[in-house]
Amino acid sequence: MTHKPKLKLATTSLAGCFGCHMSFLDMDERLIELLEHIEFDRSPFTDIKQLDHCDIGLIEGGVCNAENVHVLRTYRANCRILVAVGACAINGGVPALRNHFSLKECLEEAYVKTPDMINPHIPDDPELPLLLNKVYPVHEVVKIDYFLPGCPPSADTFYRFLSELIEGKEPQIGKVELRYD
Amino acid sequence: MSEHLHLLHILHELQQKHRYISEASICEVAAQLSLPVSQVRAVVAFYAFFYSTPCGHYHILFSNCTSCGYRAGGTDLLRLLSQKLSVNIGQTRKDEQVSIDETSCIGMCDHGPSLLINGVPLVHVDAEKIEQMAALIEADKPLNEWPSAWFHVKDHIYKRGLLLDSSLSAGDGLRAMLTRGREGTLTEIIQSKLRGRGGAGFSTGLKWRLCQQAAGEAHYVVCNADEGEPGTFKDRMLLQQHADALCEGMTICAYVIGAYQGFIYLRGEYRYLLPHLQATLMHRRKLGLLGTAILGQTGLEFDIDIVVGAGAYICGEESALIESLEEKPGIPRSRPPFPVTHGYLGQPTVVNNVETLIAATHIAYKGSAWFTAVGTPASTGSKLLSISGDCAAAGIYEYPFGVTIQQILEECGADNAQAVQVGGPAGTLLDQTAFHRQIAFEDVGTGGSFMIFNQERDILTIIHQFATFFAHESCGFCTPCRVGTILLKQGLDKIMIGQGARNDMAELQRVSELVRRYSHCGLGHTAANSILDGLQHFPQAFEQQLTQYDYTARFELNAALQEARQLTRHDGKEAHLEQGQD
Ligand SMILES: Cc1cc2nc3c(=O)[nH]c(=O)nc-3n(C[C@H](O)[C@H](O)[C@H](O)COP(=O)(O)O)c2cc1C
Ligand code: SF4
Ligand code: SF4
Ligand code: FES
Repeated sequence: MTHKPKLKLATTSLAGCFGCHMSFLDMDERLIELLEHIEFDRSPFTDIKQLDHCDIGLIEGGVCNAENVHVLRTYRANCRILVAVGACAINGGVPALRNHFSLKECLEEAYVKTPDMINPHIPDDPELPLLLNKVYPVHEVVKIDYFLPGCPPSADTFYRFLSELIEGKEPQIGKVELRYD
Repeated sequence: MSEHLHLLHILHELQQKHRYISEASICEVAAQLSLPVSQVRAVVAFYAFFYSTPCGHYHILFSNCTSCGYRAGGTDLLRLLSQKLSVNIGQTRKDEQVSIDETSCIGMCDHGPSLLINGVPLVHVDAEKIEQMAALIEADKPLNEWPSAWFHVKDHIYKRGLLLDSSLSAGDGLRAMLTRGREGTLTEIIQSKLRGRGGAGFSTGLKWRLCQQAAGEAHYVVCNADEGEPGTFKDRMLLQQHADALCEGMTICAYVIGAYQGFIYLRGEYRYLLPHLQATLMHRRKLGLLGTAILGQTGLEFDIDIVVGAGAYICGEESALIESLEEKPGIPRSRPPFPVTHGYLGQPTVVNNVETLIAATHIAYKGSAWFTAVGTPASTGSKLLSISGDCAAAGIYEYPFGVTIQQILEECGADNAQAVQVGGPAGTLLDQTAFHRQIAFEDVGTGGSFMIFNQERDILTIIHQFATFFAHESCGFCTPCRVGTILLKQGLDKIMIGQGARNDMAELQRVSELVRRYSHCGLGHTAANSILDGLQHFPQAFEQQLTQYDYTARFELNAALQEARQLTRHDGKEAHLEQGQD
């Protein structure tokens, strides 16, 4: 029996809450079965920092700063299939609520106007990635191959999606995933 | 007979009087007509010619169409006038003297750049006229003291054929109809193989037959005089010159299907034709050709009301038109059921184009053989074309079906044509290799719009204008069209400003197919046609604008960092981003 090589999977969280990653872990014991066919590369699950060439990249969260742009582009350059995972990656989600205000208004609200601030000022440490004027969905910055809707997508959604990729099928996002009531 | 007390007409009066429609007026009108306030509010919000904040005493809407628009001559006339009058486009000037904006094609495509001023078409606008207009407005001169020639809409007919060559006196068609009887007349229409002139080309005889057979409390005839497809103005001429034959066609249809009431749904842009149409109706009533006991026949009864729209292309779609007749926003219905069984007030209704009804009158009078002698077997008779764009003589041409694009181009003096858009933005974009094709339902179909673009034109700009038109006119009811038309426009915007990558062409293709396939009505089904045609026949128009990247961001990445650069005073290399990625 020929043994198919394992698919390499990388994940990352940009402007997200890690809820999508938690939901991924909700696959519970099915993860063990999946690991027969998949191995993790760079991901918060592995703490591997260097991204290798991968088959699948899962992106949680939207794009809120320059570093997100670089990380996202690195994933695009190294992943054969790039997937936007969850409402934040697809639409900007909760972080994009700041899009109703200017960046200046947001930062002043948080770092200048808040009572009892010591040395109130807009943070400008060069270590901090520069913020974009708005939070953008990932597909506005790189090409995305699949979108997994949900906040977060359910463990079943992840499982179905990955199983289909493992079987070499074109993944179908079914009606179940697309309804929210 | 008084003008029908229709919601659209009451709102029009209010708009004229107060230059906007206030919340208080909405409540009053709702009470007056016993309609829900929400419905009146929705109608005010839906139609472009109703405003919720005051327009200027002089309210000016430039036609932004592709063939003749305010940019066509090289100078941006809209901008010029707004500068002269110090008014921001889309905003009423502080003293409320003037407001300026743009609107979709007003059907004056054979009159050069044109505009509506307080609803009245003003044609052949040029820089000099703009200068004079500005002075008249500042001097507060009423429109009736402006040079009357400015408002002179001429019908430029350059070629007459089957219909335009035939003379017909009021009542001829009706008398022939009575001689033939109801069934005989319908048989004649069926045998003529007349097909709808509004664009879709459905068999008129079959439509009448289906409606006649449909059970209902009442039957209705509606003339679609919405003529909203950019580049179409043949109905304007027909309404002006052949209103009698039109009314007669409606009366014949009424007799065949058993209707007592008909409507002409006239686009708001053609409101200036209303007095003429009303006079025609009055005259026909006097002659006994409309009203009770038509031609002295007791029981032969039919009358026509005119309902005037208020600036919505979608109201040309028959089910949206019916919604509008029913005093609602013009949102297309789910079809089936079709209007022939469930139309106006849920009753069997025939909706026909102006030209179709006029052709029916002639067929009733002259017989089907006269009609089928011209055209092709599948497209009998003739077609009125509204020719505009880059040609020596823009105007109306009547051709037998089967005429080639090439012949048309030669006869209207277009010797340098690069492309032709047949059937308006919703139609077909053809390149030179397709000029041998024929105007016919089985080849290149059209509701009558025929726009010519010469070698100097940028095809991408044209496609972009069409996409802008659809994004503007989408009624917003269904997501594929509401969102899709905006995505298509944005995709084209991106390529036009030189930020597009190869992937954007693929994306345009993908979204176009999606909009075409999943939209609810004909607007969405056709909104991407010119993009799909463009990608296929004019790929270089897109390619020559692309960047080197395979993929570029949808927005200006580096500009999106500008605010943060200012706030943090960082401006080094790491504070900037490349627009694309290979
Ligand atoms: C978006 C849209 C706009 C339309 N606009 C018009 C129009 O302005 N005039 C017209 O006669 N038909 C228009 N139609 C076609 C009508 O829905 C309908 O098919 C036609 O009025 C039927 O008349 P006919 O069979 O005589 O052509 C439009 C259709 C769509 C989808
Ligand atoms: S989609 Fe929901 S769960 Fe996922 S990152 Fe966003 S907020 Fe968190
Ligand atoms: S396709 Fe467009 S115009 Fe038609 S119903 Fe949908 S949104 Fe409205
Ligand atoms: S008014 Fe210009 S294309 Fe119609």
